[in-house]
Amino acid sequence: MLVRYLSQIGKYFLMLKEVFKKPTKWAVMKGLIFKEIDDLIIDSLGIVAFISFFVGGVVSIQTALNLTNPLIPKQLIGFATRQSIILEFAPTFISIIMAGKMGSFITSSIGTMRVTEQIDALEVMGVNSLNYLVFPKIIASLLYPFLIGIAMFLGILGGWIAGVYGGFVSSNEFITGLQTEFIPFHIKYAFIKTIVFALLLATIPSFHGYYMKGGALEVGKASTISFVWTSVVIILANYILTQLLLT
Amino acid sequence: MIAVSNIEKSFGEFKVLKGITTTFETGKTNLIIGQSGSGKTVLLKSLLGIFTPEQGTISFDGRIYSELSDDDKRTLRTEIGMVFQGSALFDSMTVEENIGFPLKMFSNKNISEIQDRVNVVINRVNLINANKKKPSEISGGMQKRVAIARAIVNNPKYLFCDEPNSGLDPKTAIVIDYLIQEITQEYNITTVINTHDMNSVMEIGEKIVFLKEGILAWEGTKKEIFKTDNEAIVDFVYSSNLFKKIRKAQNKEGF
Repeated sequence: MLVRYLSQIGKYFLMLKEVFKKPTKWAVMKGLIFKEIDDLIIDSLGIVAFISFFVGGVVSIQTALNLTNPLIPKQLIGFATRQSIILEFAPTFISIIMAGKMGSFITSSIGTMRVTEQIDALEVMGVNSLNYLVFPKIIASLLYPFLIGIAMFLGILGGWIAGVYGGFVSSNEFITGLQTEFIPFHIKYAFIKTIVFALLLATIPSFHGYYMKGGALEVGKASTISFVWTSVVIILANYILTQLLLT
Repeated sequence: MIAVSNIEKSFGEFKVLKGITTTFETGKTNLIIGQSGSGKTVLLKSLLGIFTPEQGTISFDGRIYSELSDDDKRTLRTEIGMVFQGSALFDSMTVEENIGFPLKMFSNKNISEIQDRVNVVINRVNLINANKKKPSEISGGMQKRVAIARAIVNNPKYLFCDEPNSGLDPKTAIVIDYLIQEITQEYNITTVINTHDMNSVMEIGEKIVFLKEGILAWEGTKKEIFKTDNEAIVDFVYSSNLFKKIRKAQNKEGF
């Protein structure tokens, strides 16, 4: 079992090495990158905006409802919303959601290409199929922090609207809470995590799609396995990065 | 010409190819035939470089594949056209984008030159009103034509076809067979077709290589099939009652 996991990890890193070998012609690659930006980033905007806005609102309400002690200032609602959204929700939990949305799209699209021999067709033509398929996804994933930036903004906005219009906190108190003990490094920390997660989101599902074997049923299975592993690795990376950067 | 010399390929303990030696001639349709599991797909994929044989050599007009550098291997691959069993067309591209893909990737032609060449091969394979359609919007027979067009667009020296007429009705299958044969002669390329369709064997089998359980059990032409006494090939070709009757009639007429 352990040997199998180690062998898979080794295979993953060998895949990464292959991705950067023999690049595809820039004229072709340019189009592929724009297509991936559209498929992976632009197409995810709606769901990310929706989830962030409402989760931000829920965080704000939950915090307000748990503030039973009158000695605790209402500003804490803004403070807790900011910390939850910026430190964990936007970078980590949106990434877990994206492991489902973006990851299963990547695994199933590459897996289908494997099953229908399209990857063999690329290889036979002399195309470095890993560079052709995975490299544009890695480049597109560099725009992922913008998605997370939007998630941060909308999450806090959702918290503010839910808090203020729900009658839990005044706008001034919420904004004062947002500004309280603000540590700029937390933003840096969140975006460092985001970049690491983006690379994991682009490469782990690609690995599962590229090396899958079987037919249509296995494409579905590979997507599920890919989601599980991407989530596990994101959570582990989150723990390691938090240890390294915040302690 | 492609020369295969004593190649062996195993998967785990199971030896699939057991010392195959043969040649595939230029300007001819060379067919690899055999029962399912006889090793024909493994042989074809070994020729394509998808599988690496443990022993033996494959030489493309004197260039031994295993001795080439990675760059030379990739260059050689640009001289290869391949028609896959399921056509393997790129779903996200239109018919003409699929056909123009190898040119876009490997030639220095500009867009209008690529379009001109695409139009030439589209006409050559008789594809009508399909240029802007996606592969999912055209029939299986048309998909095969697109696959053939894509395989020949870059003027390959070698054309490989994996069961090119599987899943097609008999009439369309014959049309596709003849199209491949005509293109082979017209462009003077080395064509290797992997098939178990006896109609293809009888129609376009200029050189036939018969595999049985990983060994080369017989090779010859379609005419020689009728005369041979090789039990393995006779048993394979005349496995159906219809073909048995045809052979009996041919023997009576002294074919």
